Amino acid sequence: MSVLLTAVATLGAIGAGSAAILYMVGQRFKVEEDPRIQEVQDALPAANCGGCGFPGCSSFAAACVKAESMEDLLCPVGGQNTMDKVAAILGRQAPVAAKKIAVVRCSGTCESRPRTNLYDGASNCTIAAALYGGDTGCSFGCLGLGDCVDSCSFDAIHINPTTKLPEVVEDKCTACGACVKACPKSIIELRKQGPKSRRIYVSCVNKDKGAVAKKSCDVACIGCSKCQQACPFEAITIENNLAYINDDKCRLCRKCVPVCPTKSILELNFPPRKDTPPAPKEEEAIVTA
Amino acid sequence: MLKTFRIGGIHPKEQKISAGIAIQPIALPDQVIIPLSQHIGAPCQPVVKKGDTVKVGTLIGKAVGFVSANIHSSVSGTVLKIDKALDASGYRRDAVFIKVEGDEWEETIDRSTALKKECTLTSEEILQKISKAGIVGMGGATFPTQVKLTPPPGSKPEILIINGVECEPWLTSDHQLMMEKADEILVGITIVMKALNVQKAVIGIENNKKDAIRLFTEKVKEYPRIAVQPLKVQYPQGGEKQLIDAITGRQVASGALPISVGAVVQNVGTLFAIYEAVQKNKPLIERVVTVTGKEVKQPCNVLSRVGISMNDLINLAGGIPETTGKVVSGGPMMGKALASTEIPVTKGTSGILLIPTLEAKRKAMKDCIRCAKCISVCPMGLNPTLLMNLTEFEVWDKAENNYITDCIECGSCSYTCPADRPLLDYIRLGKGKVNGIIRARKN
Amino acid sequence: MAQKLIVSPSPHVHSGDTIQKNMYNVLIALIPAFLVALYVFRLEAFIITACAVLFCVGFEYLIVKYILKKTPSVTDGSAIITGVLLAFNVPSNLPLWILAIGCLFAIGVVKLSFGGLGNNIFNPAIAGRIFLLISFPAQMTTWPVAATAVDAVSSATVLGNLQYNPDALPSLQAMFLGIEGGSLGEMSALALLLGLVYMLWKKTITWHIPVSILATVALFTGILYLFNPQPLYHPLIHLFSGGLMLGAIFMATDYVTSPMTKKGMLIYGAGIGIITVAIRLWGAYPEGVSFAILLMNALTPLINTYSSPKRFGEIVKNG
Repeated sequence: MSVLLTAVATLGAIGAGSAAILYMVGQRFKVEEDPRIQEVQDALPAANCGGCGFPGCSSFAAACVKAESMEDLLCPVGGQNTMDKVAAILGRQAPVAAKKIAVVRCSGTCESRPRTNLYDGASNCTIAAALYGGDTGCSFGCLGLGDCVDSCSFDAIHINPTTKLPEVVEDKCTACGACVKACPKSIIELRKQGPKSRRIYVSCVNKDKGAVAKKSCDVACIGCSKCQQACPFEAITIENNLAYINDDKCRLCRKCVPVCPTKSILELNFPPRKDTPPAPKEEEAIVTA
Repeated sequence: MLKTFRIGGIHPKEQKISAGIAIQPIALPDQVIIPLSQHIGAPCQPVVKKGDTVKVGTLIGKAVGFVSANIHSSVSGTVLKIDKALDASGYRRDAVFIKVEGDEWEETIDRSTALKKECTLTSEEILQKISKAGIVGMGGATFPTQVKLTPPPGSKPEILIINGVECEPWLTSDHQLMMEKADEILVGITIVMKALNVQKAVIGIENNKKDAIRLFTEKVKEYPRIAVQPLKVQYPQGGEKQLIDAITGRQVASGALPISVGAVVQNVGTLFAIYEAVQKNKPLIERVVTVTGKEVKQPCNVLSRVGISMNDLINLAGGIPETTGKVVSGGPMMGKALASTEIPVTKGTSGILLIPTLEAKRKAMKDCIRCAKCISVCPMGLNPTLLMNLTEFEVWDKAENNYITDCIECGSCSYTCPADRPLLDYIRLGKGKVNGIIRARKN
Repeated sequence: MAQKLIVSPSPHVHSGDTIQKNMYNVLIALIPAFLVALYVFRLEAFIITACAVLFCVGFEYLIVKYILKKTPSVTDGSAIITGVLLAFNVPSNLPLWILAIGCLFAIGVVKLSFGGLGNNIFNPAIAGRIFLLISFPAQMTTWPVAATAVDAVSSATVLGNLQYNPDALPSLQAMFLGIEGGSLGEMSALALLLGLVYMLWKKTITWHIPVSILATVALFTGILYLFNPQPLYHPLIHLFSGGLMLGAIFMATDYVTSPMTKKGMLIYGAGIGIITVAIRLWGAYPEGVSFAILLMNALTPLINTYSSPKRFGEIVKNG
């Protein structure tokens, strides 16, 4: 019995002693920080994805508390909801930002963009891109080795096994921008998600001259400027043989889509057209190229 | 006594089947494509336009900035266009397309083959001529030569080391050049010694080129300040730092230049080009290219003008074999695989290697078994498997602390790995990223 | 040219070295020791070794295929090595069901649950042996009388005798050639050294680990012998007896569980040597090589972290 008592007493004493030391050390080295930082951090999604431009949620929270205004501060994962909450904690007003989404600007599937050689290096886009233009005639297009997939913390982008192109899962994409940074060919862009997820964009980044681009890929933008002429809102610019739709100016009228001879302008989530305008003939497209 | 470098190294099968085959000329094609970026550094500014007539040796691309090199026309004819063309970089970049008409040379170029030994020019004049002639390192790195021959202020070169190692398997272009142009190379050495104001030069030649060692040992008797050093066959002895270690026993510290141990290294091909530029006023418009491979019918060493399609060179060697799976510009260890054979020869093309499909395909990668063979062969004393892991997991600070930027990309680690891991692929990627981070930090 | 060109980063050639080649080289190096075991223990040696290999390969195949649901890679030879080494570490009369449990533990728990070849922390054969030694101490330490030298060898091992019965020691020569009692593969130091020479010639391993272990053991016991010249401290007896040779040459040099840099290998070897001697002289078990290797296996990641290879340029100017 006395053995038991000694054991209990000793262990108890050690425990109490340790607790006392821990408590004293904890008090001694306590870091005074703005309690609002913790509050803000609790309101954040805790994904630590770095999409906001800060190393993690806690540093973003600190930046929010420190900042004078909420301009330039956006948690892409939480979106407007989260920013409103954060603003409420800090007694400020969050600016209204349009919801964005990652868009893959390449439609060069295996069919439309035939392989001209076989890549046999490490399965990594950055390594392949440092080596050469890629396994097709197009040196701007998607390599399909999945750096974007690896970079995504939200399982929101996948390589389609038939087309070998990445596809964004709309519900999961938080527009954190990790894939945009990861893509060595700068194919992925954050664009406005648009009302009802409707958006229009040029799904090509090829800057080669029209004839060269068309030769390597059926759905390449050839810089023919037909879309530019069709656009009533001056939303389309052509630079380096490549059309680009400015999503601030685009009103989603869809006039540019049918005039594109190579069908490189994509429209997403629109209802089917009632009166389909006649599609331009193939021969015509090549002549203009 | 055979010397060699002290850390790591491998000995791949030498396969120098084109050794001893005399350098042969190649007929001029109808058109050449001369890329405007044939060197490390800024691409050239074109100084000709569509419709201009040019002669052999006419300046067509002007160097932009300090690290850059002039580019001259290698043929006479009419400029067709300046457009993008696929080159050995794997990308479409600016190049000058010239339609070949006759073979008319600039009058200033001395085309006689007579050896011209005396050089009365001053150091500055020599450098100026080298710079004008657009000479770059012809061992493969294509670093502008005049930059290398201009030591940074405060440093003093003591020894000129001549790289006659040609440690890449298969390649024989330097070897054959040494055999046929020994006198010119030696004059080139004296010119560079004068330019650098050094009193000592050592020619390093690997022991698998015994004829070249004999020839040069005989010839240097005339030149008391030049010596020949036979070297044990070991890859990558042609690496600048390795060669300096092998010959002088001095090791260049991490991040430092060879000049920090008083050494300047030049390739034999570069020295021949320097001889021609200084003594004959001839810009760098042609070079020796080895065309070889296991199933190539007539492996050969070709004197090719810059801008001729590699396809023409392959045809001269008996055409491309049916079974070819990979075409490499350069040697098998550090050369670049090409996506097409329609690529122009440039100043840095030391060889064209055709590899059969069966040997071209990599084997599937297995898990690392930590055999540490990559560590024992790394000539820079790095830990390749660790660096690959750090790159895969993007731990850049640790990669930097483990000296990823020291990697010379010789490929010994990937060559050796029994688990077929693409070590160098990842290390190259990580090295690029870390270098970018270091640059960003400095700015 | 019919097909498309293959493009990959350099290098475009490979040494042709494979995991299999290295593993089979180890197996070839084990042949002399196996022949000695056959000579000493006859059929029993063959049955134990064959069964251990069969169990290890079989368990690996079944576990990888049906539990992990991956493509089995038993052809890489590592499971065969585990089997042979485990067999070499047990007495020749061990019941086969115990052997099977040892193999299951070595392959299933120590190797595959960590992710298979390349990812295990401990050497499977060593861990399997220790598992058996702790679980079945009686069966694991009852040594059969060698079939060849009935009158010369008692049923206790040299190391057992060393601590408790110093008079019953066999001659050094007998120990070197391998006709004393003991586990299957520990018999002949000569045969094991032959294997070492083969592996060094084939560049399967480097000299660092075995030499540093043997040198440390010799040095440590040698110093003790100088102060106290008893057979218990005789360096040669320690070198040639028990599992030291087998452990130093074949088990400690396992790629996966040993350090990767030369410096690390020397530290690792020295550690094994010291722990082995300490356990042999002052521990409860007569033999300590397996425990020493297992302990140093655990330290390997730490050694790897703190021993970087000798870099080029660290010696800046010395020419």
